[in-house]
Amino acid sequence: MDGTGPVTPIRSIGVRMPMVDGPEKISGRAQYTADFYDHNALTGAIKRSPVAHARILSVDVSAAEALPGVHAVITGNETDEGHGVLPVSRTELPIAFDRVRYRGEPVAAVAAETIEIARKACDLIRVEYEELPAYFTAADATADDAVDLHDHRPGNIERHVDYEIGDVDAGFAEADLIHETEYHCAEVCQVQTEPHAAFAEYDGERDEMTVRASTQVPYYVHLMLSKILKMPKSKIRVIKPFIGGGFGCRTEALNVELITAMLARRAKGTVRTVISREDTFITHRGRPEQTVKIRMGMTKDGRVTAVDCRTVQRGGAHSGYGIVTILYSGSMLFAIYDLQNVRYDGKRILTNTPPCGAFRGHGTVNVRHAFENALDEMAIMLGLDPFAVRRANLITKMGHVANDLWVNSYGLPECLDIVEKASGWAKRKGRLPAGKGLGLACSHYVSGASKPVNWTGEPHATVNLKLDFDGTIVILTGASEIGQGSSTILVQCVAEVLGIDPARVKIVAADSRVTPKDNGSYSSRVTYMVGNAAIEAANNLKGVLIEAAARKFDANPEDVECLGEVYRAGSQDEGMTFDEVVMAALEGTGTITVKGNFDTHPESWGGKKYRGAAIGGSMAFSYAAQVVEVTVDPDTAEIKVDKVWVAHDCGKALNPLTVEGQIQGSVWMGMGQAMTEETSYHNGLMISGNMLDYRVPTFVESPPIETHIVESNDPHGPFGAKEAGEASLAGFLPALTSAVADALGVRVHELPVTPDRLLQLLEDKEREMRVSAAE
Amino acid sequence: MKSLLSLTVNGRTRDDAVAGNLLLVDYLREVVGLTGTKIGCDGGECGLCTVLVDGKAQHSCLTLAATCAGKTVETIESLADGGRLNAIQRGFHEKLGAQCGFCTPGMVMAAEGLLRVNPDPDEATIRTEMASNICRCTGYVKIIEAVQMAADEINNGPKKSREAA
Repeated sequence: MDGTGPVTPIRSIGVRMPMVDGPEKISGRAQYTADFYDHNALTGAIKRSPVAHARILSVDVSAAEALPGVHAVITGNETDEGHGVLPVSRTELPIAFDRVRYRGEPVAAVAAETIEIARKACDLIRVEYEELPAYFTAADATADDAVDLHDHRPGNIERHVDYEIGDVDAGFAEADLIHETEYHCAEVCQVQTEPHAAFAEYDGERDEMTVRASTQVPYYVHLMLSKILKMPKSKIRVIKPFIGGGFGCRTEALNVELITAMLARRAKGTVRTVISREDTFITHRGRPEQTVKIRMGMTKDGRVTAVDCRTVQRGGAHSGYGIVTILYSGSMLFAIYDLQNVRYDGKRILTNTPPCGAFRGHGTVNVRHAFENALDEMAIMLGLDPFAVRRANLITKMGHVANDLWVNSYGLPECLDIVEKASGWAKRKGRLPAGKGLGLACSHYVSGASKPVNWTGEPHATVNLKLDFDGTIVILTGASEIGQGSSTILVQCVAEVLGIDPARVKIVAADSRVTPKDNGSYSSRVTYMVGNAAIEAANNLKGVLIEAAARKFDANPEDVECLGEVYRAGSQDEGMTFDEVVMAALEGTGTITVKGNFDTHPESWGGKKYRGAAIGGSMAFSYAAQVVEVTVDPDTAEIKVDKVWVAHDCGKALNPLTVEGQIQGSVWMGMGQAMTEETSYHNGLMISGNMLDYRVPTFVESPPIETHIVESNDPHGPFGAKEAGEASLAGFLPALTSAVADALGVRVHELPVTPDRLLQLLEDKEREMRVSAAE
Repeated sequence: MKSLLSLTVNGRTRDDAVAGNLLLVDYLREVVGLTGTKIGCDGGECGLCTVLVDGKAQHSCLTLAATCAGKTVETIESLADGGRLNAIQRGFHEKLGAQCGFCTPGMVMAAEGLLRVNPDPDEATIRTEMASNICRCTGYVKIIEAVQMAADEINNGPKKSREAA
């Protein structure tokens, strides 16, 4: 104690702290899955189906097995166990057995001494197919005479969701204007920069398996490895190394890691598989192609009286997250505005295209796109300002909304105020030069799914803290750092509670042998759920330290003051340093390990008004509003996004720096979907499986994004926080189409808004004007 | 057919027998063992594998290792200054130019290549000169801030009070 000033706890929350694992990433030291090499490792390669739908009549691997340097060849015979997210739909085999359902589906795999030998062996495998009719659109797959892709899904309908909340007919009767509009959104991919990879080590002596994989959900991978390999969970170890993004395509066990593990066991050794960018595209799990039809009733002052939403998703060849996605599309119509009367009809269709998954903004984005466009279209029809229409529909009372989602913090009004002012909307809207336009949209997202898909009765999150002689606090967590900053946030939460220097707090994450189980990084659950568990663990540790200090001070624990690096009893006492308190706490017990848990409240579990109503249930919802400004070249229809103003209500910005990064990344990813990104297929063959044909925005076309944070302080969030990394995505799409409509007077109903689509509309409009002028 | 390749990698001279079709990125990762340089695509699409060859930013996935004979190759592993992040790396760290970090080595090397030629680029120049590098996390906003911070530090010396605590 140098006595130079009052000792105060060190604050970590609300601090713009760079990421704790930044130096590793920025120096090249961080090891991603493909960075693991082993001199004895074999290379894995996957042979994929060249046809979109067929019976497999025979697979002949004899020539491949005879090739020198080949150590294992496996086919659909290797396992009869399926994998998948929902316990009711684990029907996807890691390697197709008797039937292939999309072009690129694995039909065999090889482990060999080099990649060249492995590829050659794949070429030597002979597969005999009997082709079946293949369906590449939802309409074709649901035609009367269509063959079923899966026996248990007649008519190729994965799930038909159909319900009514409130009284929709009465709502329409109350409306001054009823308007119907339809939007079509192309299929999009996550295109995380790291291609999928897995590194599996089979220990033949112990019959044990260690797998490193590029996954967001090491726990789900663990479960699926156990199921596929028919190995006890106790003989499997899953480690998540550094991960090059995910954005949802890695929220379920993928065939890559399952196949690599099967190869390792068959080869009785170590197998490293890194798939190509094209195969990463084909492994897919992106956002489905989706058509959304919205019929909306509105009063002349902008209040929505009724909504009828009908939507169809082309889900691809396997269930994946399909049921969840189509349920989210309905449930997340709610909890952003005060809607009382809603009818929802959602169909998830199985088709002979790669399986879709849980892309950032899961299930909500395309429906939000149609909904916000409907609001904008009707605002124009009624002569209302788009801001006024949003404000006429704001939620005014906290608690359960009409479909039983639970809203306890709601910063959307403030988000609207901020972007209205920052964009100069009042002065500029309608007064911009020709070819320029402004558009507004709002969006929201859950902060973790309140009922996990794998309901086990365990808490939603568990964090362990270890404190030892060196005074270092080690966070042990299963939470998967995937670039979103989860490790940094957990360090901040623990350091804040204890008031200590965050450099004292280290983190070990996502190794099933060491860290507590965690469901994984999806549905924006980590900050909220694992953050709360970390806070509870840190409070428990603080209690242990205070008791130890009290013993030394011969004082009551309640009289001990924790000042972070100093503990004292009474303001005159010069106290004990943190290290002294630690040693006192270790006396008689040794290394301290404490635990913290988090459970969601039953009030947040969604309702029982229809089957699947738990999907959408969350402890908190984040909100965002954004204004997009565009300039459109009238001759080429090329759109330039001049600027985006976004405000996001994340409850409390635990780390404003990383919150901004999440918001900017979301807005920009929405821009990709809105303007350039779409998959394309030729007879089921993905012909956009590279980063030139599938156009992710580059530096050049990406706009400045002015980012504002709104803090509504959620009553249950960790220090008031909610999610920051998903809600801002969806709003970009409708804000863009509305800005283009503002600039040119035409609205593009198909995504992405490419120059050719826009030019077509402009030419149609010109033709109409000429015709009407001639009449 | 393998031939002997003599070159300098991160300041050290090396002689390795390499096949004529070996890509520089595979040479760096698998022969030299420098896994900091990443592969993100099937060739020339993403910029993740950017390294400096004789000081110029280049896609190591579009470069045959054998063509680097007698040349100097620099990778992300060479930048740290006495074990500490250099100005560009510090910019990426403090301004959050890296989220998942997978594009970061290539992005940092592209920035390094740019700032060596043009130590004070404006925003438009940064956007144009780094356009062959894709990032999927940041929307580029904070990468631009990171490069600007680094340029400022290189030109005007380190700031006393930085954002980082």
